[in-house]
Amino acid sequence: MMNRRNFNKLLGAGLVAAAAPKIVTPALADDVLKVGFVYFGPVGDFGWTYQHDVGRQDIVKKFGDKVKTTYVENVPESADAERVIANLAAKGHKLIFTTSFGYMDPTIKAAKRFPKTYFEHCAGYKLASNVSVYEARFYEGRYVQGVIAGMMSKTGVAGYIASIPIPEVIMGMNAFLLGMRSVNPTAKLKFIMVNTWYDPGKEGDAAKALIDQGCDIVTQHTDSTAPLQVYAQRGIKGFGEATDMLKFAPTAQLTASVNNWGPYYVKRVQDVIDGTWKSANTWGGLASGMLEMAPYHNMPDNVVAAAKATEEGIKSGKIVIFKGPLKDQKGIAKSTEGVVLDDGSISSMDWLVEGVVGDLPK
Amino acid sequence: MQLKLEPRGFQSKFWSYASPVLAIALTIVTMGVIFLVLGKDPAVSLYTFLIEPLVAENGATELLVKASPLILMGVGISLAYRANVWDIGAEGEFTIGALFGGGVGLAFPDLPFAVLFPAMLIAGVIGGMFWALIVALLRTRFNANEILTSLMLTYIAQLILIYMVTGPWRDPQGFGFPQTAMFSANATNPTIIEGTRLHLGIFFALAAAAAGWLLLTRSLLGFQLRVQGFAPRAARFAGFKENKLVWTALALTGGLAGLAGTLEVTGPIGQLTPQISPGYGYTAIIVAFLGRLHPIGVVFAALLLGLSYLGGEAAQIELALPSAVTGIFQGVLLFYLLGCDTLILYRLRIRSSRPAAVRA
Repeated sequence: MMNRRNFNKLLGAGLVAAAAPKIVTPALADDVLKVGFVYFGPVGDFGWTYQHDVGRQDIVKKFGDKVKTTYVENVPESADAERVIANLAAKGHKLIFTTSFGYMDPTIKAAKRFPKTYFEHCAGYKLASNVSVYEARFYEGRYVQGVIAGMMSKTGVAGYIASIPIPEVIMGMNAFLLGMRSVNPTAKLKFIMVNTWYDPGKEGDAAKALIDQGCDIVTQHTDSTAPLQVYAQRGIKGFGEATDMLKFAPTAQLTASVNNWGPYYVKRVQDVIDGTWKSANTWGGLASGMLEMAPYHNMPDNVVAAAKATEEGIKSGKIVIFKGPLKDQKGIAKSTEGVVLDDGSISSMDWLVEGVVGDLPK
Repeated sequence: MQLKLEPRGFQSKFWSYASPVLAIALTIVTMGVIFLVLGKDPAVSLYTFLIEPLVAENGATELLVKASPLILMGVGISLAYRANVWDIGAEGEFTIGALFGGGVGLAFPDLPFAVLFPAMLIAGVIGGMFWALIVALLRTRFNANEILTSLMLTYIAQLILIYMVTGPWRDPQGFGFPQTAMFSANATNPTIIEGTRLHLGIFFALAAAAAGWLLLTRSLLGFQLRVQGFAPRAARFAGFKENKLVWTALALTGGLAGLAGTLEVTGPIGQLTPQISPGYGYTAIIVAFLGRLHPIGVVFAALLLGLSYLGGEAAQIELALPSAVTGIFQGVLLFYLLGCDTLILYRLRIRSSRPAAVRA
C-alpha cells in the first residue's frame, strides 16, 4: 500500500538515484560509527601525524567492524581546514579528531554548523558543548631528557631546535633546562627558532649551528629525523621526537618522547557508543600513558637509573616540574619557593627560565 | 611506419583551443588507469574525484571559495608574464596584502562596515603593490633578476607575518598562541549565501578577469605589454618605455594578490595566523599557464585546479586513496597540456618507412 511516508521514501530514493547514478558506496549498517581524522602532514613512518594514525589504528583494532575510520592527510591550517572538517561531518562522521593546533577556529566553526557531531581538537584551548580539547604534557618528557642531558653533557651547554614560539614549545624548553639544572645548576640552553614544524633542511642546519656553538646534546621540537642524523654524523647525542626514532640514528638517540594517543582515542569512541560523550579538557602525561619514554640507549647505567627514577617521580607526583623558586631570563621571580604553577600559567607560558640563551619575539 | 613531427610554420588556431581539451581527456583516461592500478573502480573513482565534490552539500560554493584567490592572482600573473616580467612572488604579495588589510581591520574594529571594509581592501591592494614594487625597483634600478628577488621577498613576507602574529598583534586573550583575535563583524568579508562560505571574493575575481581581458585585448597598455613580451626590441623601437611597463605589470600583480590576501583572511579564515595561504601564490602560477596567460582562461584553470584539491579530499574520504592523488592529477594534467601544446606549432605525420629503405 502506498501511503505518504512510503511515497516520500520512494521519491527520495529516486532523487538520489538521479543525482548520483554511478556511485555505489558500500552500505554501512546503521550502528556503524564513522570516525574522521584530519591530519596536518602525510601519515609517513614517524612523527606527529604518524602517531595520531597509530591511535586511529588502535580504534580499528579495538572495535573492528563496529567502527569505520577515515582520514584526510596534508590538510593545511588555512581556509581549507574548515572545508575538510565540515565535509567529514556532512558525510556522516559522528566523531571527528582534528589533530593540529591550527585547526582550532575551523573546528569551532564547523562544530557550530554540525551541532550533533562530536569534535575532538588536539592542542587548542577553545571548548564548545560538542568540542573537546586534548593534549599531552610533553614538557614532562622534556624534563626527563633534561636530566639525561645534565648528566651526559661535558660542556654543560645543550641545544634546542624550537619550532614556533608558542607556550607548547616554550614550556618544553623551560622543562628541559630545569631538568638539566636539577643535575648541573650552571647548565645553559641555546636555541634556534626555525619557524616550521617540518623542514629537514632547516632542522639539519639548525642542528649543525647549535653543535658549532658548543652544544654537545641537542634536542628538537620538530618533526623530521634530520637533526638526529646530524647528531650521529657529528658524534653527539640527542633525542627522538614524537616517535621512537632509534632506527634512524642507532648511535645518537638517547631516548624519545613518544606520543601515545591510542588509549584516549579508544576511550572517546567508547564514550560515543555508550552515549556518555561529554565536552572535556584532557591534559594527559606520563602518568596516564598519553606520553611515553622510548627505551634508553647510548648512556651509562647510572644515567638510565636516574632517567627512570625521574620518570617514576613525575608519574607519582613526587617531582613537580614547574615549582618555585622559578626565575625568568632577567632574573625576575615567576614563582616563589615551593609555589607550583597551575595549568593555566603553564599553558600560557610566554617567558623563558634563567639560563636559556636568546630572546623570544616580543 | 614512422611518426614524425613537422613544423606547421604557423600557429594552429584549432589546436590552441583543442589542446587543453585533449589534455584534459588524456588526463581523465590516465587517472582512470591509475585508479585501476590502485585497485579501485575507475568509474566510481573518477566520479568521486571530479563530480562528487560539486554535487556534495556546499560543494559548488566551496569550489568558488577555493578558486577566488587563484583567479585574482592568476589574472595578475598572466598580465605580468605576457610582458616577460617573471614575478613568482605572488605568495609574498598575498601575505603582505593580508597584513595591510588585516592590520587596518585590527586597528579600527569599530568603524562602520561601509567605511572599514573598503578601507581594508584598499590597504590590502596597497600592501601587495608595495611588496611587488620593491621587485620593480630592484629590477629597473639595479637590473636585479625579478625571479630571484620576488621569490626571496616571499620568505621575508612569511617571516614578517610570523613575527606579527607571534609578537605585536598576538591575540591578548589567546594564551600566547600565534594568531590575532578574530576580526570584528564590521571587518569581516560577508558571505553571499547564508550557510555557505561563499564571500565577496568571487565577485572581485570575476571582475578582475573581465577587466584583465579588456585591458589585454582592448587597451594600448595591453598592447604594449604584449609587444614587450613578444618582441622587446620592437617595443623599444616603438618607443614603449620598458621600465614603465615593468612597474605597471608588477603593480597589477601585487595589487591583485594583496586584494586576494585581504579577502581570504577577512573571509573564510577570519583572523591572521601563520598559515594563511596553502601556497596559493605558487598554484596561481600553474593556473596562469594552464589558462594560457589569458584572463578568461585563468578562470577555467582556477576552477579545474580548485576541483583537483576538493576531489583529492573526496577521494581520501570516500575511497581511502592517499592525498598524493591530488598532486598526481595536477602533474599529469600539466604534463599532457605541455605535450599537447606541441600540436599548435607542429603537425603529426604518419608515414611508412619504405622510402627510407629504398634510399638505402
